[in-house]
Amino acid sequence: MGMNRRKFLKIAGTSTLASAVKPAADALAGEKLGFTIPETLLHLFHKPTGFTPGEALTAKRWAMVVNVKNCPEGCKACTEVCHKVHNVPDAAKMESPRHEIKWIWHAKYDHVFPGQKHKHIEEALKKIPFVVLCNHCENPACVRVCPTKATFKRKDDGVVLMDMHRCIGCRFCMAACPFGARSFNWVDPRRFIKEEEQNREFPTRMKGVVEKCNFCAERLAKGQIPACVETCREATKKKGKEPALVFGDLEDPDSEVRQLLRSHYSLRRKPELGTNPNVYYIV
Amino acid sequence: MYDGGKIITGIIIGLALLTFPIWYNLGAAPKPPDIKLPVKEKQCVQPKAYMRTKHMQVLDLWRDSVVRVAQRSYVAFNGVKYDMSLQNTCMSADCHAKKTEFCDQCHNYTGVVPYCWDCHIEPKEKPKEKPKEKH
Repeated sequence: MGMNRRKFLKIAGTSTLASAVKPAADALAGEKLGFTIPETLLHLFHKPTGFTPGEALTAKRWAMVVNVKNCPEGCKACTEVCHKVHNVPDAAKMESPRHEIKWIWHAKYDHVFPGQKHKHIEEALKKIPFVVLCNHCENPACVRVCPTKATFKRKDDGVVLMDMHRCIGCRFCMAACPFGARSFNWVDPRRFIKEEEQNREFPTRMKGVVEKCNFCAERLAKGQIPACVETCREATKKKGKEPALVFGDLEDPDSEVRQLLRSHYSLRRKPELGTNPNVYYIV
Repeated sequence: MYDGGKIITGIIIGLALLTFPIWYNLGAAPKPPDIKLPVKEKQCVQPKAYMRTKHMQVLDLWRDSVVRVAQRSYVAFNGVKYDMSLQNTCMSADCHAKKTEFCDQCHNYTGVVPYCWDCHIEPKEKPKEKPKEKH
């Protein structure tokens, strides 16, 4: 096919115009304008629609402080409520313990801080169960290895999330996570959640995807603090203690987490790996 | 040709079996989808025609907006604000409260099997109203 000057100029002109549309659409997508961009365009360029609801809790960097010694003995309130609101199947009902799904759970000091253990550790620490969950790292290894970008760190507030629609179940993230915070659905989890116990406002997962704690992103959007933190407040209050779980903005110098960190010595899990966890432990 | 008769008979029988679905259904149009629209709500988030052809794109856009950038509020074409959620908005009690009477009607008719409800919990329906899954 031959090409004359006229045809070449036509194609060149159209291409230039077309390439100019994308940055323009990019720039417009985040702005508040007097007009709306047609949805078909948004879809074409994978731009989000809508806006963040006004009642949502926002922060520059969400973080959690676990004040370990405030954890009442034998209390599992945080785990129970988390697994209930997020439709996490009950491990006791599953065929194999290896099928267990964990968002937040309790572990021994040895397992939580393997680099810090030694024979003569404080007696109390040996007994206390440590609350562990996804650390919502600033430099998450799971996000780096995910081949489909199913797991990602939210730019605005640093929460590490899963997009279940995109997860292909390759489990690279599970291998990458140094904290064992991720679980794979070896079986259909719905079989182990009774219909009357389901939280009908939150989805379940399907067989073949990886899941983990989401820092209650769905609750933050409604202006509520994470379910575990809320429950912990009530549970510890009953026992006359200060809450063991505290949630807040790490970038805000006046936040509750910053105040606690300022006045207490704190630990983070495996900081030497450089993932920069956002869950702090006061022991 | 050796055994020509047998071969040709075989081909004819084979063709007849292969085309069986076509001539068996000839003349009888399949039952069109019988959609029951919500009683309370009269207007969807986009005009009917748009929703009919583009609801998958709308849901896809919603999904990305909610999951990835936490933009959960949606302004519909008529200015009404909605919470972007398949489970809590589209299929809420006032709208498409019965999957079998809405979603399944067209999906079964056109033979598409979306996997939305592998994770998203569909509204409760009384068991006797719920026909056997077709897929």
